Amino acid sequence: MNYIKPFLNGLVKENPTFVIMLGMCPTLATTTSALNGMGMGVATMFVLICSNVVISLIKNIVPDKVRIPVYVVVIATFVTIVDLVMQAYVPSLYAALGLFIPLIVVNCIVLGRAESFAAKNNALASMMDGAGIGLGFTCSLTIVGIVREILGTGKVFSFSLFPEEYGMLLFILAPGAFIVLGYMMALFNRFLKDRGK
Amino acid sequence: MKKLESTFVNMTVVLTLFALVAAGALGAVYSVTEEPIAMAQVAKQQEAIKVVLPDFTELSEADTVNGLAVYKAYNGGSFVGAAVESQETGFNGPIRVMVGFDADGTIVNYSVLEQKETPGLGTKMVDWFKGEKADIRGMNPADANIAVTKDGGDVDAITAATISSRAFLRCVNAAYAAFSEANGAAAKSDAVSGATAQTDSQAAAQDTINVEPIDSAAVNAAAQSEK
Amino acid sequence: MATLIVSPSPHVHSGDSVSKNMYNVVIALLPAYLVSLYFFGLGALVVSLVSMVSCVLFEYLIQRFVFKGKTTVWNGSALLTGMLLSFNLPSNLPWWMVVIGAFVAIGIGKMTFGGLGNNIFNPALVGRVFLLVSFPAAMTTWPVPTPFSLHYTDAETGATVLAMLKGGFGELPSHIDMMVGNMGGSLGEVSAVALIIGGIYLMIRKVITWHIPVSILLTVAVFTGILHACNPAEFASPLVHLLSGGLMLGAFFMATDYVTSPMTHRGQLIFGFGIGVITVVIRTWGAYPEGVSFAILIMNAVTPLINTYVKPRRFGEKVKK
Repeated sequence: MNYIKPFLNGLVKENPTFVIMLGMCPTLATTTSALNGMGMGVATMFVLICSNVVISLIKNIVPDKVRIPVYVVVIATFVTIVDLVMQAYVPSLYAALGLFIPLIVVNCIVLGRAESFAAKNNALASMMDGAGIGLGFTCSLTIVGIVREILGTGKVFSFSLFPEEYGMLLFILAPGAFIVLGYMMALFNRFLKDRGK
Repeated sequence: MKKLESTFVNMTVVLTLFALVAAGALGAVYSVTEEPIAMAQVAKQQEAIKVVLPDFTELSEADTVNGLAVYKAYNGGSFVGAAVESQETGFNGPIRVMVGFDADGTIVNYSVLEQKETPGLGTKMVDWFKGEKADIRGMNPADANIAVTKDGGDVDAITAATISSRAFLRCVNAAYAAFSEANGAAAKSDAVSGATAQTDSQAAAQDTINVEPIDSAAVNAAAQSEK
Repeated sequence: MATLIVSPSPHVHSGDSVSKNMYNVVIALLPAYLVSLYFFGLGALVVSLVSMVSCVLFEYLIQRFVFKGKTTVWNGSALLTGMLLSFNLPSNLPWWMVVIGAFVAIGIGKMTFGGLGNNIFNPALVGRVFLLVSFPAAMTTWPVPTPFSLHYTDAETGATVLAMLKGGFGELPSHIDMMVGNMGGSLGEVSAVALIIGGIYLMIRKVITWHIPVSILLTVAVFTGILHACNPAEFASPLVHLLSGGLMLGAFFMATDYVTSPMTHRGQLIFGFGIGVITVVIRTWGAYPEGVSFAILIMNAVTPLINTYVKPRRFGEKVKK
């Protein structure tokens, strides 16, 4: 079995944010800066890889009728671990993302991949799928975060590009998230369409 | 391997098993991270106190004066100042500020712990009152009027954010009130030695005890007059 | 080869066209423009010219190079957007902010949706609100009116009437000053008299009907009247509310935009009522001192819904009793 394909698939063709449009809530809420977006992406990627592996390993000992509760318990466990570890060792990132970490549990990407991929494939393929989708999510969040941070504050990863008074505050507020996400989606799909020709 | 059938026994056993394993794993992670989390939270508050006070070696436990937490700092036994955690309602929600005073009651520095003001306007309070246009550091609320110039005070408000500025300055004044009450009226003249400060704080503690009966008497009187 | 155009009746053309209506609105805005040139001098001139030129330029560039189609910049709609945008800005706003506002108005507010006729929101207001949220300090420091002032960004600043009400400081200008426009504010919104003259001109030329402006102004007057009657100390009088801020400009020129307002008269009355209520709620209890632009944008979003439920009566249909 080819393990590169599920990985690349998640990165571009089934990019969770720009193509399948899952996980919009964390995308809109946490991308106020490039670093915050990346932090959220990495946290989600970690949960996604772990839960995909575990679920593909246990898929045969879980009776069908209780599979969703079991998957949710698995996912919630990993999310809580991320939550506690982040709180303990990177409190500054936790201060920015704290509210959204527990919400990874209900992020449709995680349960969606568990149900549609991990429950049907072996552990290694599931890990690659989790890594691909997770990396796709991380990249999109970082890109949206970079655009918003540059336009909003004139900085990227806190490195100053132009004086902050020229930054358009709207972009680090909620409406800026919607505007940037909309235009990014349009550009990304335009790019995919041109490639497809 | 064949998939397990969805019988009642299978489902119960599997669910219980997973819940137990998950609970065990979480318990283990929690016990490992418990201490760093508590330390990170204490460190955050300590950091804020350290920023707003002159150099000190010991810090007292929080006293509650007027409902505000007062932390007194001593350097080698002598009282050097106090940090007060003060709270007011701003434009969009609560503003929490740690304000540091030296032994005379002069403002050393402040640190905004929490605020939800309008970005680009009220949020500027984090640095504004230490900036060129309006520096409250070095002012003593005993002889300076800590209010915006529009209200006849000595501090320039944040451009286009008068309400946030007022709320912030109310915070500072409330902090000063708590500070001077904690140190007694004598704080300004002779609160330099640690011993005096301690007796002062005892006196203040007695004061607060004395206040209560008066208040309850007043409440009783009010209740009686209603009858 | 000539093509035969087949279209349904009616075939009689009224002589009405997009550009004719647009230029009529520009004419109606002239009195208010002259007042602002008098009170804000050079600043008003610079801001309005930068805004108009950049709106027309962005419309041309986007139509020419992004849509790669025929340009329609000369129908006056971009010019009007630029003029209305500048009317909603303080006259001491740095020129580059005006350019950003013009780009957002045309690029995001109008062209993203497919150009004139397809935009959901009033483009000029999209530009203004974008600037208000992005540069709150610059957008809320207004110059004090000084006849024939030669100052631009260095003009002396003061608060608007609504900011005074919200902040609870300062002495309100007299009602006469507020009528004429001798008060702080965005450059085109200050003179109630000039705006009413322009509005009446538009009604006489049948560019707009009375429904939207009257329902907005009436709602604001009644709502603030009730509040004022309950507690005169806390709530300002209806007259102050009618004459201050962008209410007149909004009611006559911004809310009446064809594309973003309901089609039927009944729908327009609902639309105006909604704007009035939201304006007063924001002014009285909201975070911002002024709420007209937000109110109009919110009701713009509701317009398709109003159009769905309030349909014109079909010709010949009997009215239900």
